[in-house]
Amino acid sequence: MNAYAPILVLGALAAAFAIGSVAMAALTGPKRYNRAKLDAYECGIEPTPQPVGGGRFPIKYYLTAMLFIVFDIEIVFLYPWAVSFDSLGIFGLVEMVLFIATVFVAYAYVWRRGGLEWD
Amino acid sequence: MSVPDTVHSLWTVAASSTTQTIPTPHIEYGQLSPMLAVFGAAALGILAEAFLPRRNRYWAQIGIAMAGLVGAFVAVVVLAAQGYAGTKAHLAAMGAVAVDGPSLFLQGTIVLIAVVSVLGFAERHLEPRSSTGAPVDAFAPQAATVPGSDAEKSAARSGFATTEVFPLTMFAVGGMLLFPAASDLLTMFVALEVFSLPLYLLCALARRRRLLSQEAAVKYFLLGAFSSAFFLFGLALIYGYAGTVSIGGIADVVSGTATPTPALANTTANDALLLIGLAMLGVGLLFKVGAVPFHAWTPDVYQGAPTPVTGFMASATKVAAFGATLRLLYAAFPGVTWDWRPVLWGVAILTMVVGAIIAVTQTDVKRLLAYSSIAHAGFILTGVIAMNKAGVSAVLFYLGAYSFVTLGAFAVVTLVRDAGGEATHLSRWAGLGRRSPLVAATFALFLLAFAGIPLTSGFAGKFAVFQAAASSGATPLVIVGVLSSAVAAFFYIRVIVLMFFSDPRPDGPTVAVPSAFTATAIALGVLVTLGLGILPQYFLHLADQASVFVR
Repeated sequence: MNAYAPILVLGALAAAFAIGSVAMAALTGPKRYNRAKLDAYECGIEPTPQPVGGGRFPIKYYLTAMLFIVFDIEIVFLYPWAVSFDSLGIFGLVEMVLFIATVFVAYAYVWRRGGLEWD
Repeated sequence: MSVPDTVHSLWTVAASSTTQTIPTPHIEYGQLSPMLAVFGAAALGILAEAFLPRRNRYWAQIGIAMAGLVGAFVAVVVLAAQGYAGTKAHLAAMGAVAVDGPSLFLQGTIVLIAVVSVLGFAERHLEPRSSTGAPVDAFAPQAATVPGSDAEKSAARSGFATTEVFPLTMFAVGGMLLFPAASDLLTMFVALEVFSLPLYLLCALARRRRLLSQEAAVKYFLLGAFSSAFFLFGLALIYGYAGTVSIGGIADVVSGTATPTPALANTTANDALLLIGLAMLGVGLLFKVGAVPFHAWTPDVYQGAPTPVTGFMASATKVAAFGATLRLLYAAFPGVTWDWRPVLWGVAILTMVVGAIIAVTQTDVKRLLAYSSIAHAGFILTGVIAMNKAGVSAVLFYLGAYSFVTLGAFAVVTLVRDAGGEATHLSRWAGLGRRSPLVAATFALFLLAFAGIPLTSGFAGKFAVFQAAASSGATPLVIVGVLSSAVAAFFYIRVIVLMFFSDPRPDGPTVAVPSAFTATAIALGVLVTLGLGILPQYFLHLADQASVFVR
């Protein structure tokens, strides 16, 4: 049980921080409402009014979000490799270069096809 | 970093500060070369799409795709010649990929299917040229735009091209090569996703009838994602039961030959995990092969997808998915044969009967072929149920035979056109035999092969699976199979009668003259159909030699 105590403490701290921040903001923050702040929160599109039949909306936001995920996942793989870089030896290096090269292929494609331009 | 070797009174420096090496995995690149060639071609295709000027892309993509596929086929043949299909069969890449007879046979089949499919994708003579005079293929440059709208024109101006289908196809083919060869469940799942995702996209890319095509893609994606989730959950339960995801490891635990460990003592005593997990894996795989009751997506998707894609999907997906099913049932779960066999009996009977009977009422050629493919999934399942070596070789042979008939049949469907694109309604095909005897005769040959008439590959395949099923005591299944074959023969022959013995309609469709690509694809289909029909021995022998799984 003792081994789990730090986890419990961490959980308690996290909960306290979350609840405390919300409470603190509600108590001390200035309240200057405007239209945008009162709107329903929706990623990338105007939530209201809904056009008939759903309408068309730009997918730029989703594209950016997906690109972020791709590179984020790449980083997730790079970190543990970077930490134990020397113990994996030449094999790890080769595999990592191959991995980065394949992700770079996708990156080059996105760049050339204008996926990185907002407008 | 330098390590001071001083000894303090309170602490001392750890003695071993030299770098520990983590044992690195061993990867046999040579034995994975079929997949590496195809994935390499896919990555190269993406780069070509990014950097080549638009006018060069079409030929470059065809060249890259064909080079990758030919390279993969050569690699498969070389591996088989080196004996990996027989005595040298083993597990490559730390037990993730099986290089054995069924793997190599199915990989060879899938690569050949892909070659024929790429020929179909490359067809640019059937559609009328665009307003700018550019040749047009079966795909939309930007599927979400309305045909002929400003949005489409601006998409075309900003460089959207339809040549992306080639790298997408290569990714799908790569996944399909890995799927039946995967020797642990996680690799199998990754392969499943790798080949499914490009297929969802390809389904949405039809130039004509875009809404139908998008509907097909959405249905396929939603149901496909659902079935993938089933597969993944089943995988998790099996891992919970066996403590391993490798096929060999699972087989050992299932049959009780694994050394018992305290960690597994609780789970292996409980068959519920095993049976529910196996059932869920089965749902995922039976969805991909289109077996009843998991067939509902098939007609809509086959109808809505661009016809060359339908041909590719109907043949290659079935080969890959049946390959994985075989490996799972024969290599991982032979210990619970008595549990899964009765269920598969039911599924096979339902699939054959439902596929054959509903096909009778169809009025659209593509939907007809879709239901026929469901019925054929049932016939193949009878071979799977056999659970002996003859069953494996019969299924391998049937898959090869069926794929090329399917590719040929869908290629013929792309030729029969009117002003609105392909004329797929059956009534429009009336009297086609009088107008274009050659095309109608070719289609009739494919239909006869579907029906299993002697001297076509369909007969040899059906004979092989039914014989295997009968030899394992599944005689009732064979009787149902023969009866549903008779029902199926009715609607195949009805189409032939419609084409040859009814009067052509004055406003009937015309048969477009294809380029050499589609012509070659259809010719290959005819060649394989007749070749496997007249001389099945050689290929049956080849399938027989390739019918032992390694685990």
